[in-house]
Amino acid sequence: MSEFADQLLVLVMLINFLVLGSSRMAIAIRAVAVQGVVLGMLPAIIHSFSWHLVAIVIGMILAKGVFIPWLLFGAMHKVQIKREVEPFIGYVSTLLIGAITTALAFVFAAKLPLAPEHQGLLLVPASIATTITGFLTLTTRRKAISQVIGYLILENGIFIFGLLLTSAMPVMVEAGALLDLLVGIFVMGIVINHISNEFSSIDTSRLTALKE
Amino acid sequence: MTDILIHLLLTIFMPPLLLGVIGKTKAAFAGRVGAPFLQPYYDLAKLIRKGSVFSDTTTWIFRAGPIVTLAATLVAALLIPLGSHNSPVSFAGDMVLFAYLFALGRFFTTTAALDTGSSFEGMGAAREATFACLAEPTLFFTLMTLSRLSGSLSLTPMLTNLTVSLWFRAGAALILLVGGMFIVLLAENCRIPFDDPTTHLELTMIHEVMVLDHSGPAFAYILYGAAVKLFVIGAFFIHIALPIKTGNPLLDWGVFILSMLGLAVAIGVVESIMARLRLLRIPQLLVAACILSAFSMLLILR
Amino acid sequence: MFYSLVLLPIAGALLAWFTPSNRHRPLVLPVFALLHLTMVADAVISPPLPSPGGWIALDPIGKLFLATITLLFLACAFYAVGYLSYRQERSNRVLCMGLLVCLSAMTLVTISHHLGLLWVAIETTTLAMAPLIYFNRNARSIEATWKYMLICSVGIALALLGLFFLAYSTIVARQEVTLLLEPLIASANRLSPAWLNAAFIFLLVGFGTKMGLAPLHTWKPDAYGEAPGLVGALLAGGLVNCAFLAIIRVYQICMRADDTAFYHNAMIAMGLVSMAFAAVFVVRQADFKRMLAYSSVEHVGILAVALGLGGDALFGALFHVINNGLTKGVLFLSSGNIHRAYGSKNCEQVKGAFQRVPWSAGLFLAGFIAITGSPPFSPFLSEFTIISSIFGKGEMLTGALFLIFLAIIFLGMASSVLPVVMGKTSPAVVKSNYRDRLLTVAPPLFLMAIILMLGLWIPAPLRELLQQSAQLLEVRR
Repeated sequence: MSEFADQLLVLVMLINFLVLGSSRMAIAIRAVAVQGVVLGMLPAIIHSFSWHLVAIVIGMILAKGVFIPWLLFGAMHKVQIKREVEPFIGYVSTLLIGAITTALAFVFAAKLPLAPEHQGLLLVPASIATTITGFLTLTTRRKAISQVIGYLILENGIFIFGLLLTSAMPVMVEAGALLDLLVGIFVMGIVINHISNEFSSIDTSRLTALKE
Repeated sequence: MTDILIHLLLTIFMPPLLLGVIGKTKAAFAGRVGAPFLQPYYDLAKLIRKGSVFSDTTTWIFRAGPIVTLAATLVAALLIPLGSHNSPVSFAGDMVLFAYLFALGRFFTTTAALDTGSSFEGMGAAREATFACLAEPTLFFTLMTLSRLSGSLSLTPMLTNLTVSLWFRAGAALILLVGGMFIVLLAENCRIPFDDPTTHLELTMIHEVMVLDHSGPAFAYILYGAAVKLFVIGAFFIHIALPIKTGNPLLDWGVFILSMLGLAVAIGVVESIMARLRLLRIPQLLVAACILSAFSMLLILR
Repeated sequence: MFYSLVLLPIAGALLAWFTPSNRHRPLVLPVFALLHLTMVADAVISPPLPSPGGWIALDPIGKLFLATITLLFLACAFYAVGYLSYRQERSNRVLCMGLLVCLSAMTLVTISHHLGLLWVAIETTTLAMAPLIYFNRNARSIEATWKYMLICSVGIALALLGLFFLAYSTIVARQEVTLLLEPLIASANRLSPAWLNAAFIFLLVGFGTKMGLAPLHTWKPDAYGEAPGLVGALLAGGLVNCAFLAIIRVYQICMRADDTAFYHNAMIAMGLVSMAFAAVFVVRQADFKRMLAYSSVEHVGILAVALGLGGDALFGALFHVINNGLTKGVLFLSSGNIHRAYGSKNCEQVKGAFQRVPWSAGLFLAGFIAITGSPPFSPFLSEFTIISSIFGKGEMLTGALFLIFLAIIFLGMASSVLPVVMGKTSPAVVKSNYRDRLLTVAPPLFLMAIILMLGLWIPAPLRELLQQSAQLLEVRR
């Protein structure tokens, strides 16, 4: 089944490009939701059945596919965010940077001293590429909500690497990752609300009162 | 020998039919009856019979443009296998020739446009050149991926090597190629969402604006050349998207013709449901296509 | 026992949440701080407790950090009662609860010997602190909270990736896959070196963000500047130490690897860069709370350099953890008082605090003298140990840079602090009715007394504890 897993990982990387290249906030949020669901399905495909696994899969899909997009859309409507993403650098340039880093991720992953059973899997390059995409989104987008999206992609990238370990790691760390994500977004959402009340916009580039 | 004959006949006579099918699909979407399927043939016949007017300020380049473009496209059509049948001409490295025959045609179209000295045509030439620059890498990434998959540098083995079973082995990479090539197919043939072949506003045109000064037979060559180009790139695309092979030569021809008509319907649907993109967004989409095909190559090379 | 250490503050947090009166709620804090202190004292003195499954244990290093945190929290808890009586206009429910949740999480950091658990605890401190920084609810505190949340969350995410790398290094090396500290230390020399290096880098960057190592310190001045004084004290004295402890745990593993040169150099480089950043930004800093933030960046750098050096410097580093934590408590609490008394934290407006709030001003000055490493206070001893160890090892360049940065920071801080304390109050400054009171002065005074005492005399049990801890960090193969 690992071939099917590879196809899904390709989909994950395509979603990275979609987020980098799309100008509409709603597309980005939906894309991240789809990415979360795809990632949630991955453990079920690459590992054999166990109740622990079922819990992870259901938890992931509910959290990343339903709950977080719902929160983000809620924030978007409540604060009446404009639909445009408003990046610091243009879409084409971020897209190109994303493509180049993805290519480099493949080169880099081929050089890593992986365990023999993980050699040639798409997991490692996908993880690196997704993490970098998350960083890129986080740093090149002006709006608070886009930065949250970037953070989500970053977390997704880390989760992909975690898939190499799911059979060997206790459930607690995974739960912790999920929990942190949930609560983090939650707190961020509240902060976004307050940002909108105080500034009547959630453009973080306006947050410049504090600097040297 | 029959295959070659069928190949030549199809290449010469089928392309305008594709335009007719596209027009009919769009008409159906708009709730109209639409022009008959054979309308493009009538148009061509009418144009051929007309006389030509050439501006005094133009040189031989202007006259050569349509002819060279058509000739280049027809030669490219000889290089491409149709369906599961080998192409009439095939040699190692013909994929580069294939790509550059289109470039040659484009070069002559744009220089002919510049030769008129009209500002509109110059604008069209500039746009055409820009977008071609962005579309070309996609074509090359696709060719490289395919040659890697088949281990060959010639179009015929490269494209006939594609099978349904390959889709199960390298499905992700092939989906990416299909996505990238479909965008290039639309862009190269000046279809919506890149260019509107039926627009009447010069400022928004890309391809049409370059051929405003051509008339009569020269214009017929241009329209015919465009149709052949659509046919050739469409055939290329069909190889990747629908590599269906029955084994029976005659049945294969039927499959090929049907899939080409299906492609024309698909293009008509896309044209009906999409609006033309803003000019600024076109490079974005072309870069996306390029990334798709590059990513596909990455997956294959890995 | 361990569970009660962690659960006690949670119980306090629940109690604070359900206490209806805004006036009486802060009283929960000192009660639970005292209870926590006694339990910690008991746990530190009594013989080592059995550790459940190796996940939770109290080793000498943990004892050291736990004691520092609980002392600092005690001071902050009493201070909070005094401070919040001035801030009755605003509900302090979230603040009181957040403080206690944070105490619980910090306790968990010190006792957890499972790196995953440690990570979860650090994450909890990050989240619990966010609403506290936002206590003032104005535009500037939103900005500070947003930066804090975003940068620290990214840091924490990277640390998680680092943990994954660490676990993966055990897979590659065909060792038992675990994140428990003791098995990892035991098998460190058999782990895959490449993955261990990657894990170290990511964990250093991740926890370093939380700790405020340059260039990942950018959230620090904002958060420290905008948070209330007692939250600043806990951030600079508590959370920084927790993040440092996390780095120490990773370092403990790395020190058992075959080739440790990379880890030493990385720590020293990060430390020196932090000190350099602090030296650049502390000079002519117009806001004395932000100045304290850069001082924190400096001391984080000192800790990193000392940890990287190893040998005698380890004793200095661990001692400095206590000194820095407690001195930061003095500085933030007293500067909070001065801020209150003037309604400003700009050095242009705040001058001559001696006349208005003599006790706070005196404590601020004493804290400044202590934190810049002047005798007779204990930071002098720890910094001196570190410096002598640097030169003892013949690291002349590191030593020279270290001293130059210390000197620049001393001068830079002095030029801000002295006018604030000594200068003349300009008549234009608005009057305020804030004056020194027992509850807002006694807690920093208590911390100052400890620092002075440690500067003059280190009790034998503490010395022993420090030496035991330092031994745990020695390079051993």
